[in-house]
Amino acid sequence: MKARIKFRKYGVMRFIGHLDVMRFFQKAMRRAGIPIAFTGGYSPHMIMSFAQPLGVGVTSDGEYLDIELKEETDCKEAVRRLNEVMVEGIEVTDFVRIPDDKKSSGMTIVAAASYLVTLLESAKSADVTKELPDSWKAKAEAFLGQESIVVLKKTKRSEAKTDIRPMIYQMNLKPEGIYLFLAAGSEQNLKPDLVMEAFMGFLGEDFKSVPFHYHRIDVYARQPGGKNKFAPLNELKETKE
Amino acid sequence: MRKLALNDEILLKIEKPARYIGNEVNSVIKDKEQVNIRFAMCFPDVYEIGMSHLGIQILYDMFNRWDDVWCERVYSPWMDLDQIMREEHILLFALESQDPIKEFDFLGITIQYEMCYTNILQILDLSDIPLYACDRDESDPIVIGGGPCAANPEPLAQFFDLFYIGEGETVYEQLLDAYKENKQNGGSRKTFLEKAAEIEGIYVPGFYRVTYKEDGTIADFTPVNPHARPVIRKQMEKDLTNTYYPQAPVVPFIKVTQDRIVLEIQRGCIRGCRFCQAGMLYRPTRERDVETLKQYAFQMLKSTGHEEISLSSLSSSDYSQLKELVTFLIQEFKGEGINISLPSLRIDAFSLDVMGKVQDIRKSSLTFAPEAGSQRLRDVINKGLTKEMILNGAGQAFEGGWNKVKLYFMLGLPTETEEDMKAIPRLADEIARRYYEIPKEQRNGKCQITTSTSFFIPKPFTPFQWAKMYTNEEYIARAAIVKHEFQEQLNRKSLKYHWHDAEVTVLEGVFARGDRKLSEVILEAYRLGCLYDSWTESFDNEKWMNAFQNTGVDIGFYTQRERSFDEIFPWDFIDIGVTKAFLYQEWQRAQKGEVTPNCRMECSGCGAMKYKGGVCIESKN
Repeated sequence: MKARIKFRKYGVMRFIGHLDVMRFFQKAMRRAGIPIAFTGGYSPHMIMSFAQPLGVGVTSDGEYLDIELKEETDCKEAVRRLNEVMVEGIEVTDFVRIPDDKKSSGMTIVAAASYLVTLLESAKSADVTKELPDSWKAKAEAFLGQESIVVLKKTKRSEAKTDIRPMIYQMNLKPEGIYLFLAAGSEQNLKPDLVMEAFMGFLGEDFKSVPFHYHRIDVYARQPGGKNKFAPLNELKETKE
Repeated sequence: MRKLALNDEILLKIEKPARYIGNEVNSVIKDKEQVNIRFAMCFPDVYEIGMSHLGIQILYDMFNRWDDVWCERVYSPWMDLDQIMREEHILLFALESQDPIKEFDFLGITIQYEMCYTNILQILDLSDIPLYACDRDESDPIVIGGGPCAANPEPLAQFFDLFYIGEGETVYEQLLDAYKENKQNGGSRKTFLEKAAEIEGIYVPGFYRVTYKEDGTIADFTPVNPHARPVIRKQMEKDLTNTYYPQAPVVPFIKVTQDRIVLEIQRGCIRGCRFCQAGMLYRPTRERDVETLKQYAFQMLKSTGHEEISLSSLSSSDYSQLKELVTFLIQEFKGEGINISLPSLRIDAFSLDVMGKVQDIRKSSLTFAPEAGSQRLRDVINKGLTKEMILNGAGQAFEGGWNKVKLYFMLGLPTETEEDMKAIPRLADEIARRYYEIPKEQRNGKCQITTSTSFFIPKPFTPFQWAKMYTNEEYIARAAIVKHEFQEQLNRKSLKYHWHDAEVTVLEGVFARGDRKLSEVILEAYRLGCLYDSWTESFDNEKWMNAFQNTGVDIGFYTQRERSFDEIFPWDFIDIGVTKAFLYQEWQRAQKGEVTPNCRMECSGCGAMKYKGGVCIESKN
């Protein structure tokens, strides 16, 4: 049986990096007694894959990992057992069965992610936010109205000029913050800070001196049917029985 | 939600913020209003090193089982955060509550190696606790030192209010009760220290006066407070099975050095190697019951979720139930994807069999620690390992498919000659020859024999505590002799040689057998910027040399002298059970190359019998 786990990451856990969250879940599986499957060989490891890495400092309501189980497992019971062994700042919110085929796995189907970006009083605390200036709203339309938004995109090895406009699916400014819906996954991937850097540049503000907090709302896959139809990963479950 | 001591801006700027946020699985949160005593337990090195230490996990668990105590952890901030804390005047805090250490009742510091001494000052400094104990007042925590370096606490005497000498399981309860009572009665810091000084195993350095002879050696070491004991008796937990053991140790988020479950199978060692301090300090050797260990393994795997389990002891092969325990671990957990890591076992048919089961032979290597190259010198150090044993062990392993061997030696041992040094490469070559005796088609390519040498440092409470050390130049010259001899060997292409740094060796040697005069040097080195001295990237020998020069302390006094029998050592006031007379007898036997049997073969009358525990009473039960 294959299953997809959805979890939240908040509070002090936002300072734990992606690789360490993976290690955390490996140990949590053992503590919770989840019958996870292993690879073979001299050093077997758990069959587990994470959907979309989350940067240090970013909080999230929609993190995902897929696992393979040795035996049939009750989904509700699994959520309960996992939450018993979590720490403050990680909460498992869903556990669903997914199809066994390879092409359904979390890594490959990710197509988009949504974020709430909040403006902070100071970089010292993500808890104290302030309302967006009214002037930003009109500017946001002009920002999105551009034919292309070329930024310097840095990867581990190189830097390249990239047009990020096609990767911004939505950008809505509300008093509490900026809602972003961005391309994500292995084909095209856009991080929210890059959008904010470009937007601040467009406003003539110094990006480094405007403190933001990033919160991921959810991660989505494309729905079969329409190119622009998306569904959160945990809705792509297998409905047996 | 928990409030952190460091703000987001700092946490996102520094390396590995997980070092400072606490919140780990099995870490303990209590209501500070509901406890009488707040204890900050410190390992004065970076989080990843400190979190790997079993002793702290044992004490953390023990303290937190007591309702009236809340024990929290604190480690050295790494250099990036150290700088920020100084610039922004942020006080050092404990991981659990994130409260300043300054607010605690106790700061306990485990002292595991000499090169952490400047980090101890960093901890005090960043906590805003006066560095010298005599400058502290009622607002400061009581600063306690413990661990192996507390066997000679004198170089650190000025910085600590008290030292706990020996194993932590025995008198901490008494000590904390005395503190509570003193607090309830409105007593002062001084009245508490006086009460503490009356407890067996507790040393309050401020209550003693040391006078020196003209030649710099100690003339007299006497209590100057009526509450202080003239002799401090090392503490020892007699019954390792029925005592504290952390069955739910704290699980770090980031990868730490010891990222696994540790089962301490026994304490102490029967062998009596003459260079080994642990072998004398932890006498008598005591075993932990094998059934208890099996239960611990289950519970600890369940409570932590770790994927590896390791055994801990000074010499695992001497644990009488080893076979039973290892067989159990393999049968019970191997199928669950749990790695079983075996500490360096004596190489024999049994150990090769289990190693073959738990690791990939092609990737793993065998480890031998002959410590000295020639049989003569191995007898001097009482190593009890012969060339035949090494060659037979290696031969069996080679036939079993292994082709990598690691060898560990020490240079600069007492009585060492050039012949002894040259015997090291020759032994390595003989092992390689043994490998190439196997027909070509049956062996697994070339073999790889890696030899490492460190320089010997005489330690207090060992038969070699009277020995002299050498200078930097002499150490390097000795390593060069070994290196040249390696190039003369037939199988030199299969042999690799590494040697340790000599500068650190000399400093470690000074502090290992140092006296109170060294407090000033440590403070001066810290002022000059020395920190994280055990890390090659931050160790700065020049600063240390300046510190000695500025304080007028002569390194040679500590390293270049062979001590005489009647010299009063700085650590002589501590009674570890093993007598000075026995150690001296061993020192003389060493010089004659006479070996002494191990504790199970025959009692040599070392003095540890008075603890009436472990191997000393085994045969009489």
